[in-house]
Amino acid sequence: MKGFLALVGRDLRLSFRIGGGPFLGLGFFLTVTAMLPLGVGAKLNLLGEAAAGFLWVSAALASLLSLDRLFQADAEDGSLDQLALGTLPLEFAVFAKALAHWLTTGLPLTVAAPVLALMLNMPEGGYTALFVSLLVGSPVFSFAGAIGAALTAGLRRGGLLLSLVVLPLFVPVIVFGAGAVSAAINGFESWAAFEFLGAVSLFAMVLGPLAGAAALRIHLS
Amino acid sequence: MLRYANPKKFLDLSGALLPWLWLAAIGLMGWGLYAALFATPLDYQQGDSVRIMYIHVPSAWMASFIYGVMFIASVVGLVWKHPLADTAAKEAAPIGACFTAACLITGALWGKPTWGTYWIWDARLTSVLVLFFLYLGYMGVWAAIEDRAKAAKAAAILCVVGVINIPIIRFSVEWWDTLHQGPSVVRFENGKLAPSIDPSMLWPLVSMGVGCTVLFVALLFVRMRTDIARRRIRTLLALKAAA
Amino acid sequence: MTQAVAIAGENLTCRRGDRILFSELSLEARPGVLTLLTGPNGSGKTSLLRMIAGLLKPEAGRIVFRHPDGAAFEEEAAQLIHYAGHHDALKNQMTARENLAFAAAWHGAARDPAAALERLGLKRQIDLPVGYFSAGQRRRAAFARCWMSGRPVWLLDEPTAALDSAGRALVVDLIAEHVASGGTVVAATHEPLAEGAAEFALA
Repeated sequence: MKGFLALVGRDLRLSFRIGGGPFLGLGFFLTVTAMLPLGVGAKLNLLGEAAAGFLWVSAALASLLSLDRLFQADAEDGSLDQLALGTLPLEFAVFAKALAHWLTTGLPLTVAAPVLALMLNMPEGGYTALFVSLLVGSPVFSFAGAIGAALTAGLRRGGLLLSLVVLPLFVPVIVFGAGAVSAAINGFESWAAFEFLGAVSLFAMVLGPLAGAAALRIHLS
Repeated sequence: MLRYANPKKFLDLSGALLPWLWLAAIGLMGWGLYAALFATPLDYQQGDSVRIMYIHVPSAWMASFIYGVMFIASVVGLVWKHPLADTAAKEAAPIGACFTAACLITGALWGKPTWGTYWIWDARLTSVLVLFFLYLGYMGVWAAIEDRAKAAKAAAILCVVGVINIPIIRFSVEWWDTLHQGPSVVRFENGKLAPSIDPSMLWPLVSMGVGCTVLFVALLFVRMRTDIARRRIRTLLALKAAA
Repeated sequence: MTQAVAIAGENLTCRRGDRILFSELSLEARPGVLTLLTGPNGSGKTSLLRMIAGLLKPEAGRIVFRHPDGAAFEEEAAQLIHYAGHHDALKNQMTARENLAFAAAWHGAARDPAAALERLGLKRQIDLPVGYFSAGQRRRAAFARCWMSGRPVWLLDEPTAALDSAGRALVVDLIAEHVASGGTVVAATHEPLAEGAAEFALA
């Protein structure tokens, strides 16, 4: 447990010291949100209708932005070898790193999303649903994303391949996440969507570290 | 099966089978296409455009079938570390991607006269699109990792993760479809393979389906033989460099 | 006294891509002895070290860690060894102390991070980010982590690379001290690190 927390702490610290921590992802989130009205025009009802789905897609892209460095830096400087030789199995290292990634991308995006939704004129009924759906669902971007990051770690131009690899993994969570919000806005029963979202999220937290560690072992050998 | 897992035996067996496979594929698909294009009746609603079905449906079937083949080959490669299984998975992927692309393109072409638009975000079409991305990602991993043994393992892991995900994707997309789909869109797709289909249409369809499967096996064998030859050349070059 | 660990590699084969680096290789590293792996570049020194560390699976053969009486260890290799690789595995944005404190938490350690850095002559640089270090200072910090670990087996890849003569003397001393206390050291190197070392040459 001590090693696990130390690794989460190390990655949080590194994220604040190099990548600007949560601010890089937030900046990206804000920028694309500002671009949407510029692209489709300032039609308030159109924006409001698209807001939930758009924010979910933007959150996915903002998470993707920093995902390719998740294991790359450790693979380059030899830290990955050390992570593989710790007292905890490599699966825990992947879990810890994905958790730190979520804390610096998914979580801040979740907090910022309702404010950006306001800017996009999202109808009133959806704000709680947007916040809760992102809180429950956005870990998938980090944990399922870790599989893609592990597969492409050590590749020179892994970024593009990474987005191709993780896109199908993101589909269910975007569907259920944005679906939950629009169901809430339209006054439908949205509980089922949250249940699916939670299930997909928990599943990603199990599958991500397992498959991610398996993929990292390939690169180590 | 494992008796043929040795490359030499595989080369002998596939070499002997290939002419027959080609013959069967040409025969089945030739008859299927002739029957589909000339012999079958028009659909009273869709007219000639229904004939796209004879390509579209077998392609859709092949798209999932080939991913299944890759999955089995990947598991065999991961568990028993057999290079021939890795080769099979690797060489099946581009064929599968082509069938998936054919399914998407014929779907779009069929959609225009029936739905009035090339693309609708219907659950099946969307699932097939995601499957296409799975194929591309899989091929991307093979292409990006230089060391063959590592590429094989990484791609196999991705394939297995993809298979675990397919039901979730399928389910989510169907749920999404019911959430967003207006009731006005007429869904022809559900009727496609219903048992009520007329035998004059069913047999050409079955013939095309079996023909495509045989074609896939033939293409896979050719690609695997090429890959084995390519690896032999590389081994020879490596020996030459070491000498 | 350090725990006595004997390492036996039996009929090892290593393949990298299409190339066989070595095959049917057997080696023995005994406690209280410095074992040097020598050989030209590309002969597989690093791969052999990584195999002993458990990072690389041998294509054939096996590696066993034994007590002096011949009984195999229950622990996994990862809990007996410290692997100091070719890369320093230090984070530029963290101070030397933070780097070693993380290692202590992740691997467990027998000594204090600050004490280890001081022992390697980095007393004044303890709270400096590693990004400001010279290549030699980084190497010292990486070696400090090894010394801190207290693991019986040290697997060292070019431990003296980039070090000045003072640094080399420090590292050579610490290796000798570890060996004298009954530790096992396997080092891949181009230079003779100590007298009386067992040399294992790879072709």
